[in-house]
Amino acid sequence: MSADNMTAIDALKARCGDMPVSEFRGDRRVVVAKDKLLDVMSLLKGERGFDLLVDVTCVDYLNYRDATSRFGLVYLLANTATNERLTVRVYLDEPDLTVASMVPLWAGANWLEREVFDMFGIQFDGHPDLRRILMPEEFVAFPLRKDYPLQGRGERHNFQRLTRSEA
Amino acid sequence: MHSNNPAPPENVVVTQLDALANWCRKNSLWPLPFATACCGIEFMATGASKYDIARFGAEAMRFSPRQADLLIVAGRVAMKMLPVLQRIWQQMHEPKWCISMGACASTGGVFDNYAVVQGIDRFIPVDIYIPGCPPRPEQVIQAVIDLQDKIQREGTIEGSEFEVASRQQKKRALQELPLYGRKTFVPSLAPSVPTP
Repeated sequence: MSADNMTAIDALKARCGDMPVSEFRGDRRVVVAKDKLLDVMSLLKGERGFDLLVDVTCVDYLNYRDATSRFGLVYLLANTATNERLTVRVYLDEPDLTVASMVPLWAGANWLEREVFDMFGIQFDGHPDLRRILMPEEFVAFPLRKDYPLQGRGERHNFQRLTRSEA
Repeated sequence: MHSNNPAPPENVVVTQLDALANWCRKNSLWPLPFATACCGIEFMATGASKYDIARFGAEAMRFSPRQADLLIVAGRVAMKMLPVLQRIWQQMHEPKWCISMGACASTGGVFDNYAVVQGIDRFIPVDIYIPGCPPRPEQVIQAVIDLQDKIQREGTIEGSEFEVASRQQKKRALQELPLYGRKTFVPSLAPSVPTP
């Protein structure tokens, strides 16, 4: 908490307008509109001291009960001076799965966003090197999406089969 | 002149050579541990003093495929890792053998998903499968013994058990060694031929 005695969420609301806030066992979550994400994150890092981006991950809400959006991006932030923590969510819908990259603010977002891109196909605008990080480069699907079959679509059967007479 | 002596039966010389080569090969297997998971830990125990795979001549672990003749795949193989495994297999010199250690390497195990290969024998040749999750060191030792039996039973000095005689001939240093009627000769050891 900074000197002006406002919580981070109050400061966010004062600067960027009202936004849905929830709390569970002391952990506060805030839902941010996609076009305001970079402003919100800049404020949180620059003025509220959230110097650590703990994780960037994603949830696929396909066929989820009462869900209104397809994807939910989750940013976990921490203030290492005050131990304050905050969860920032952004909801995305197809076909526009582009969101601003956080690499200019936290360099550690680089590989985290690459993983989200690899698994869910979210495009991060402004990312310096948006390549797959876990799956092979020639892989075409996004395997953590709910509409991707657990056993795959036969990608691994494309390799040649070595026999004794070939090698 | 030795016209009175009966001619020695055909293939005796090469059979003896086969047995000798097999005996040499089976007792100095050089494993390449391709250890990707907990099976690798169990394989380390097999190589350590308590179980001591050196008692069976297979203690010289080599991490270069050029220096190994027994590939031991211990653990699950990811789809992304598969081309690496195939390349390592291709880089090993012949004669070479492969042991698939554990449920994951043999069948994919519990990892029946898009990222894990459902059995390495879909993509490279395998000689011995070891069940277990992970297998006990005794099972690994039994697999080495079984492989030794297989080598002694089926091995030939020019590698014709791999059904690639012409290719083997070109690659092998012993290529001047003539082939003694391989087509008609059954390569298993005749009872009259003593085993070294």
